[in-house]
Amino acid sequence: MNFSRRTKIGAVIAGAAAIALLATGCSSGGSGSSDASGTTIKYWASNQGTSLANDKEVLTPVLKKFEKETGIKVDLEVVGWNNLQNRINTAVTSGAGPDVTNIGNTWAPYLQATGAFLPYDSANMKAIGGKDKFVATALATGGQEGKALTSVPLYGLAYGLYYNKKMFADAGLTPPTTWEEMVADAKKLTTPSVWGMGLEAGSYTENVHFAFITASQNKASFFKGEKADFTQDGAVDGVKRYLDLMQTDKVVDPSNAQYTTGTEASADFAKGKVAMIINQDNANALLESNGMKADAYGVVAIPAPVGGKKISSGIQGINISIYKNTKHKDAALKFVKYMTSAATQDVLGKPYVSIPVLKDVKPTFTDDPALAKTFQDIYNDASAPYPLVPLEGAFETNVGNAVNNLFATIATGGTVSTSDVKKALQTAEDKTNAAG
Amino acid sequence: MAVMTDPPRLATPPPLGVKSPEPKKRRTAGWWLPFVLIAPAVVLELVIHVIPMVVGVWMSFIKLTQLYIANWSAAPFLGFGNYEVALDFSGAQGKALVQSFLTTVLFTVLVVGISWVFGMAAAVALQRSFWGRGLLRTLFLIPYAVPMYAGIIAWKFMFQQQTGAINTILTSLHLVDPGQKPFWLIGSNAIVSVVVVAIWRMWPFAFLMLMAGLQSVSEDLYEASALDGAKPFRQWRSITLPGLGPVNRVLLLVMFLWTFNDFNTPFILFGGNQPPAGDLISIHIYNTSFVNLNFGFGSAMSVLLLLFLLLVTGIYLFIGNRRSKDA
Repeated sequence: MNFSRRTKIGAVIAGAAAIALLATGCSSGGSGSSDASGTTIKYWASNQGTSLANDKEVLTPVLKKFEKETGIKVDLEVVGWNNLQNRINTAVTSGAGPDVTNIGNTWAPYLQATGAFLPYDSANMKAIGGKDKFVATALATGGQEGKALTSVPLYGLAYGLYYNKKMFADAGLTPPTTWEEMVADAKKLTTPSVWGMGLEAGSYTENVHFAFITASQNKASFFKGEKADFTQDGAVDGVKRYLDLMQTDKVVDPSNAQYTTGTEASADFAKGKVAMIINQDNANALLESNGMKADAYGVVAIPAPVGGKKISSGIQGINISIYKNTKHKDAALKFVKYMTSAATQDVLGKPYVSIPVLKDVKPTFTDDPALAKTFQDIYNDASAPYPLVPLEGAFETNVGNAVNNLFATIATGGTVSTSDVKKALQTAEDKTNAAG
Repeated sequence: MAVMTDPPRLATPPPLGVKSPEPKKRRTAGWWLPFVLIAPAVVLELVIHVIPMVVGVWMSFIKLTQLYIANWSAAPFLGFGNYEVALDFSGAQGKALVQSFLTTVLFTVLVVGISWVFGMAAAVALQRSFWGRGLLRTLFLIPYAVPMYAGIIAWKFMFQQQTGAINTILTSLHLVDPGQKPFWLIGSNAIVSVVVVAIWRMWPFAFLMLMAGLQSVSEDLYEASALDGAKPFRQWRSITLPGLGPVNRVLLLVMFLWTFNDFNTPFILFGGNQPPAGDLISIHIYNTSFVNLNFGFGSAMSVLLLLFLLLVTGIYLFIGNRRSKDA
């Protein structure tokens, strides 16, 4: 075919224009200025409130105040728990992510091992207000021992056993002090319309936390040094004990196996469909928003089995990290300093029901002094630290998913024996060690 | 008397067996146009497909885990180490890979087979014009036109155990005990839900392609065969099916590749919570790579998947070509 000269030139111009258009579309993030004021930093917040929308509501005035004080704008995105670890991992891999992010504090060691986060060396630590302002146990979660921390604590959380006061009173029961008592109480309270207990049985983060807590109660752990060792008898027994709540004790509704967001069991509790839940203390906000008054429920520590170690929680919490390749380092450090300042912690303590991570700060997460004492005691005395090793992240995903699948088997009518649990944990262990 | 001039060159082709004289070796004006026209496509192909693929293959030979992900050049060279783990069928990872592979094969066979049957049935039924044909055609194409996320999320809601539409319908038809509503998104029923959703999305595509292919099958053949006393099934077997031969060859291959690699359906349906029964291979590889931050191993599995698909495609095309040569 013979094109006319004009057509040919027209075609070339069109092609060049197309490529130029694509090139502008593909241009990466703009220039970063070293002057902090006037910049915008990107911040990923985790879901600590009753919903993602609620988090945005709570944080916006706080961020606006920061902008007023420093002139730095904060571009907020709230990421749900079923996605947060994934998003953080992707940002680590691609190098394109926010400037500052919340992390689950148990992820701190493995995220530190990736080398993608800014270490809080003496200079950076000074810029955010110094390490002495933090509670020692909380600060210790910031990374592996002996290495510069890559995260600092933001909110402290602890697990508790929430029980419906009226249901307990009607049945003539007192809050349980051992695991066996808890199961017996739950069985008594399970009726055709009410289940004794609600669990987030489809959430891998919740499941791995309880696997850890029950194992700690059995004086077992999931690691031998830095290598994964998931099939210790105490760990296997702990997971089986937890699964049996649905399987043999039958105090948990099988459809809880589909609860993934961390909020569904609490919603059931608030609506009076279950008598007890085991949840982090930020359930208070959720229960309130679902219409349950604070005097309708009580909290005790999650009991250990008879003869077990009195561990009721892991040292839970949220830490805050800065990505190493941020183009706004000074602005990010200023932001972390602001978020970990006593004033901001005071404001956020209540909506996030956070146990203080700063020394000499009065807990604002509840007006009830008894409740405050319960959680503070659990946080200080009955919490076990998660393994501070690089494989911790893989441990969470693999063990969490293994327990998810075991619950799914039970819910869909299958049986899970102790050897099934051991097999599942062995597979998780192999996968975890391969990731190291 | 008319003068016999040589007919213009274009009017008569050269006699058979005689090669036309070679044109002089002279670059025609505008020789560069075809290259310029395909240059953007080639560049994009290289940047988006080929180079990442090569990088992926390279990644499969190194130990790219969470320790090295921020600094790839520091990752130790493993040779075929990742492949050995992937192909060690007695180990946890290898066993999981085989399990996932077999699940995906089952999934693909069911989805491609049933989609093709539905597509063929609909195409043949709508072959001849009748009142309402246009409406039915539009209706059938909706699943393919609906944005993927919206469609699959709608199915996810329908498959919910307590509140979903599927269980509500089954309960009202008394096929299911209200106290014993089955789970569709966890447990062993998960394969059913992912197959159903995949068929729902795939069959309009088969329908579309087969409908287009049927346009080229001449009506006369049907009339002639009817005169010879052929029943509809015989007509379908002897006229429609051979007439759609080339279309079917391509259609089945494309459907197979798309379905085998399907990531969106299981990801949106199950989220991060992949049940073992519905663990398709692309999601399996993703979980190993992104969730466990073991990219080297994930890449090795991807390369193995690529080799498998190349093998199947190669065999398929080879057989297809031989058949068409014999025809």
